Amino acid sequence: MASSSNSASAKGGLAGWINERLPVEQFWKTHVSEYYAPKNFNFWYFFGSLALVVLVIQILTGIFLTMNYKPSSAEAFNSVEYIMRDVDWGWLIRYMHSTGASAFFIVIYLHMFRALMYGSYRKPRELLWIFGMVIYLALMAEAFFGYLLPWGNMSYWGAQVIVSLFGAIPYVGDSLTEWIRGDYYISDVTLNRFFALHVIAIPLALVFLVIAHLAALHEVGSNNPDGIEIKKLKGPDGVPLDGIPFHPYYTIKDLVGLGVFLILFSLVVFFAPTMGGYFLEHANFDPANPLQTPPHIAPVWYFTPYYAILRAVPNKLLGVTLMGAAVLLFVFLPWLDRGKVKSIRYRGPLFKFFLFSFAIAFVVLGFLGMQPPTPAYTMAARLFSIVYFAFFLLMPWYTSRDQTKPVPTRVQYHAH
Amino acid sequence: MTDEVDESRRHFLTVATVATGAVGAAFAITPFLASWKPSAKAKALGAPVEVDISKLDPGALMKVEWRGKAIYIVHRTPQMLAQLQGIDGKLRDPNSNDSDQPAWAKNVARSAKPEYLVLTGVCTHLGCAPLDKFTPKDVTVSADWPGGFFCPCHGSKFDLAGRVFKDVPAPLNLPVPPYKFASDTRLMIGLDGGNA
Repeated sequence: MASSSNSASAKGGLAGWINERLPVEQFWKTHVSEYYAPKNFNFWYFFGSLALVVLVIQILTGIFLTMNYKPSSAEAFNSVEYIMRDVDWGWLIRYMHSTGASAFFIVIYLHMFRALMYGSYRKPRELLWIFGMVIYLALMAEAFFGYLLPWGNMSYWGAQVIVSLFGAIPYVGDSLTEWIRGDYYISDVTLNRFFALHVIAIPLALVFLVIAHLAALHEVGSNNPDGIEIKKLKGPDGVPLDGIPFHPYYTIKDLVGLGVFLILFSLVVFFAPTMGGYFLEHANFDPANPLQTPPHIAPVWYFTPYYAILRAVPNKLLGVTLMGAAVLLFVFLPWLDRGKVKSIRYRGPLFKFFLFSFAIAFVVLGFLGMQPPTPAYTMAARLFSIVYFAFFLLMPWYTSRDQTKPVPTRVQYHAH
Repeated sequence: MTDEVDESRRHFLTVATVATGAVGAAFAITPFLASWKPSAKAKALGAPVEVDISKLDPGALMKVEWRGKAIYIVHRTPQMLAQLQGIDGKLRDPNSNDSDQPAWAKNVARSAKPEYLVLTGVCTHLGCAPLDKFTPKDVTVSADWPGGFFCPCHGSKFDLAGRVFKDVPAPLNLPVPPYKFASDTRLMIGLDGGNA
């Protein structure tokens, strides 16, 4: 490393002049061309870079949407219609942004599931994982604030329901909800401040969090499908034996993943932008009406697993607490997992059983959260909520008792 | 003169500087947090509204808006008032002990005049607008339905005085807003006083 920085400063010309004043070349080497990633990444490792691409799509399309959007209760709904009908290519920019929101959660959920499978949250990656979870929370806040902006009736009542969640907090609940809304109901004031949070505050926080997430990743190094620390085995040159430079190997590989992603993304944007009511809900094509609740209120699909847990509990405070716990329990995974191995490849049947039960529970709860609350669905939601929490709360028990397989010293890799 | 560093003096100065900075930060953050409270304009718009109830037929419901919330006014028939009797066992808070209403509305009919029910049409679970399902045995609710309000969001049920049933997510009865009869046919929503 030291020799490479010498060679950088020895270079002449404009590049040399800049590098003496700002270590651009050193930065590139540390984070790209000499960042050694395990050579056995599979397709599950596309979703980190894809999340970064979606963030860029959202920021770019978002900037152009703000040029025509008006954050006031009198004009918001019509300004979105104006973007859709009168602004040249406005429909495309908006559909990219609305599809991007759902794509963001698809990519992040797969990225998180990858971490669960391969134990990427385990020591020494606890802080990396915590940054990731804070990004996830910020993303949920970003999606929630953004969802009010079109000022459709589902926007309005969705915000009403979510803000009311804070009213469940004893003693301060009512004044807290009034403080969040800035009014006695979801009004122009609320819309205006949600706009500020959606376009400035949360995106700024997100960008800083992503930088922290990547800095932490590049400090401890990437995990891999075998859950082996490649830094333990280094060659005489100090490079991990199972590592390859991120650039060009993974930059090229990620471009293929990006190509597949953009094909699927374009298919949705051009042929199914509402995704049958799952990405853009039908009730949101009516303007906000404080006197008329939509016949059936459901959040957008990415929140429905938590919404199903909320509804399953016949007590407001307990329901809100369990919903919050369902999100926050992820943070504690590094300390709940007592397994001797990281990757699912060498885990025993107990972990596999609990992980796949959890994945099924998450999907089923997501479905139930979109359905009306019939007694049968409520019972099912209660059952799957128990499965959901069992994954976390029983983890110290089943991971420490599991029959694990021996872990090889080198990553399992076949050249193609 | 000595070159030795006076550690205790440095420590004192560090603590004093940090403490002064913290007090300053607390003062600086206050206007930003307070700016989120309802503004003077929002408070003014929350003033009472006057409603003419002379054309509200017996058995009918009308909705008016006060502070952005739907206020339900129901002209209850003697038959509807009779439906409030004998269901206490099914209710979570039949005597409105924990619920939100003016003191003069803490009775079975939850109103100043039994024939007029005035409720805030905001479900106490998560703020949806409950639907009027006044017909007993309405199959869209349940076969033994006594008549009342049904929240379509999470299935909470309320009787014809807005009292919540057991085994639903809503914790409390629908709130009764402050109101006052200015005359027999004029209602002031947001002004306390009831039938005075």
